[in-house]
Amino acid sequence: MQAAELRLERIGKRYGDVWAARGVDLTIGRGEFFTLLGPSGCGKTTLLRIIAGFVAPDEGIVVLDGEPVNSVPPWQRDLGMVFQSYALWPHMTVFENVAFGLRERKVGRAETRSRVLDALQRVGLTGAEQRRPSELSGGQQQRVALARTLVIQPRALLLDEPLSNLDARLRAGMCLELLKLQRDLGITTIYVTHDQEEALALSTRIAVMDAGKVIQEGSPREIYERPRSRFVAGFVGDSNLFFGAVTRSGGGAVEILTDEGLTIRAAARPDTAPGEKIILYVRPEAVAPAALDGVSADLNRLPGRVTAAAYQGASVAYEIDVQGKSIRAHVAHPKILFERGDEVAVVFDPKDVGYLAEK
Amino acid sequence: MAKTAAAPAVIIRARVDWLQGALLAALLALCFFLVLYPVARVLWVALADENNRLTLVHFQNFFLRPLFREALWNSLWSGFLVVAFGALIAVPLAYVFARYEFRGKILLQTLATLPLVVPPFVGAVAFQQILGRSGAVNLLLMQWFDFSIPFMEGMTGVVLVQTLHFFPLIMLNTGVSLANIDATLEEMARSLGCHGFRLFRRVTLPLMLPGFVAGSLLAFIRAIDDLGTPLMLNYKNLLAPQAYLRITTIGIDDVDGYVICVVLVVLSLASLFAARKYVGLAEYATVQVGRSARMPIHGKKLFFVLLASALALAVALLPHLGIFLLSLAKVWSYSMLPTRWTLDNYAEILFRVPHFIKNTLVYTGLAAGLDVVLGAAIAFLLARSRLWGVNLLDALATLPLAIPGVVLAVGYIRVFHGWDFPGLGAPLSSTWIILVIVYTMRRLPYTVRACHAALQQVHVSLEESAQNLGASRLRTFWRVTLPLIGGGLVAGGLLAFVTSCVELSSTIMLVPRVELGPISYGIYVYMQSPLGRGAGAALGVVAILLVAAGTYLTHRAFGARAGGAFRV
Repeated sequence: MQAAELRLERIGKRYGDVWAARGVDLTIGRGEFFTLLGPSGCGKTTLLRIIAGFVAPDEGIVVLDGEPVNSVPPWQRDLGMVFQSYALWPHMTVFENVAFGLRERKVGRAETRSRVLDALQRVGLTGAEQRRPSELSGGQQQRVALARTLVIQPRALLLDEPLSNLDARLRAGMCLELLKLQRDLGITTIYVTHDQEEALALSTRIAVMDAGKVIQEGSPREIYERPRSRFVAGFVGDSNLFFGAVTRSGGGAVEILTDEGLTIRAAARPDTAPGEKIILYVRPEAVAPAALDGVSADLNRLPGRVTAAAYQGASVAYEIDVQGKSIRAHVAHPKILFERGDEVAVVFDPKDVGYLAEK
Repeated sequence: MAKTAAAPAVIIRARVDWLQGALLAALLALCFFLVLYPVARVLWVALADENNRLTLVHFQNFFLRPLFREALWNSLWSGFLVVAFGALIAVPLAYVFARYEFRGKILLQTLATLPLVVPPFVGAVAFQQILGRSGAVNLLLMQWFDFSIPFMEGMTGVVLVQTLHFFPLIMLNTGVSLANIDATLEEMARSLGCHGFRLFRRVTLPLMLPGFVAGSLLAFIRAIDDLGTPLMLNYKNLLAPQAYLRITTIGIDDVDGYVICVVLVVLSLASLFAARKYVGLAEYATVQVGRSARMPIHGKKLFFVLLASALALAVALLPHLGIFLLSLAKVWSYSMLPTRWTLDNYAEILFRVPHFIKNTLVYTGLAAGLDVVLGAAIAFLLARSRLWGVNLLDALATLPLAIPGVVLAVGYIRVFHGWDFPGLGAPLSSTWIILVIVYTMRRLPYTVRACHAALQQVHVSLEESAQNLGASRLRTFWRVTLPLIGGGLVAGGLLAFVTSCVELSSTIMLVPRVELGPISYGIYVYMQSPLGRGAGAALGVVAILLVAAGTYLTHRAFGARAGGAFRV
């Protein structure tokens, strides 16, 4: 299967006064699994539709394998798109749905048949050829939509929130299958989602979008472990944020005083000086409540009171009030359970405390 | 990413779609020439003096003449009465159909929509036979109690006939509103302690009001525009018959006729606008359509529901029975039932004078075909195009709904009379083509709407995925869009066919010669003389059969949504 390289240069699209996309520059390499991640209305779907050719950008160019394709209509771009609603034609059988693209390409009868059957087998739907889309479950419809797109061997695969209409259990299964399929085929894939877990699990690279702009771009680990803005820290995973000023810097550690009057230590960064205003964050899964009388000198320990404890089987989610600031903690495999009202210490390692680039 | 400042920001605007543009321009020109322009000509005659200057003097004269003031008042009052009495039949039926589940409901529902599709003027004749001065009912009353009731005299007759013909409009629209009320809305009210009539008054009634108001205004327009019924019952002091009489007896230059036309248009437009506005403001009932509340009923309750709805429908369907009897009657006067039977009336209209039926099939077939093509094109532009002017097209194509048939016909006479149409060697208004045109334009809103509704069911992604897989726009329309909206197209076409079959108000003004007339005209002509009534009734039966067949097919093609075409 051919794999395309795709480049977006300064793409902009405006609806009335609102820019759905603005100044977007992205390069997506051959065989990459690239995810556009963002809340609804951030412009990620518009961007995907610009790539597919359904929306003409007001500014900028789309370059496919070195060729600008702005004036190429969707039916000549050879990019396979899977729609959020699957868009299976209700008046055709599964076979006819999957064969549609091959017939448009004037592929012979025998070859059409064998390729359709291959594609259906690949998605595990052998035997369903003569059924109507309305007779299939959501997950099966999803597979037909995928087979219909893969069968034409597109230069790239465009997926618009393909898992959002499936229930949670099915979603996890399809997610893994999609991952295997894409890595097996090596097809360049652009994936649109608002679900950070899907994005982290599937992607080789992620672009986080907000209000039509790309906020941060990088590998899943970079995005999760080194968010540069409050938006990314809050949208990809959850974060406890601390606003404060540096009180001491040096000796491999920085100490800050937050606006609430808490003292927090973090691993040192070379460019921090006393008095500087900064924002720190710590992930809930790096935070744990502990008995008040424990000792561990090099960890942050803040005394507080549990205001909510949600037992979730594999983990427990806590909300702890520390001098009026609410801190979330997420503990996996808990040995001790605390209850609402318990006096605890909120403990986290300075190494787990991160800086946000914005002030 | 390095900023390559040297690279200029490429700006590529969305390409203008010339094909769409050309289609839009052609359709706009057509609607402009065949809808707006004729109506504007009518308006201009009413608003201009001898020197072509704007004047309101004609309207002043209109309101100074007691005859016209009375006609205006009669029209408004009879329209109101039709709505008021119609609501008494329609609302209970709508509620029963929307809320109860019982055997035979489908049959009752179908029967309840039948009056709508049979022309009221056909029913008027039948009512004369049954409820008239020497009709069956009064004969019985005279025989037993020695008195009679003037059911059919004057305005009473018009209101009676129109009520029984137009109540389904109120029923269908109210029913749609009721069906759209999510069951949880009422369940919520119940769980808060509200039930019975209080529940109806505080929750159900406000939620169904949009449909009711829309249906009522629609029935009001139809009653005011109805020309056939008053003419048949010989009650002329209403606006529509006045306009007709002025222009046919005094001549096409009589200003008063045009002034009445303008008054009719204003009334129609105002009602339609109000209906749309109200529905638009109050569509909250349809925000979330979940499960709607339907309960099965049994025993005594079922018995009363069946009895009441059957009684109401029996009265409404009386004309159909009357027409059927009349068509088989050789002698039927001063008696309960015909005294001598015959098939001669059918021989007359099928063999001796077959052109009425043939003309109807040709005209309405052509008009329905044209409506399907034009309707599909217009609906496609409305649903998928973002070109400037699409809204104008929507307005122009919907306008015929608000233009009474008399008015459009007068406009056509004004435009085409005395102008030899290129290629015909005669004015368009002296050939049958004018009838095809008027049917096409008057029923165009139906096909536009049916196609538009069907297109809205087709999510754009169904078309986009075809394009994404390599199908060009035309291929996509052919392989995906057309098969998916086929049902809507057929339904719209059938509806245009069915309603054109029994169109009288513009037909009666535009038929150039008797032998070019369709069924509705034939009925009117036959009914003018007592001897022709049998043949007229036979034509009426044919019309009813045509309409029934068309309606049945519409239901087959469109399912439960067929009623939607009668909505605002």
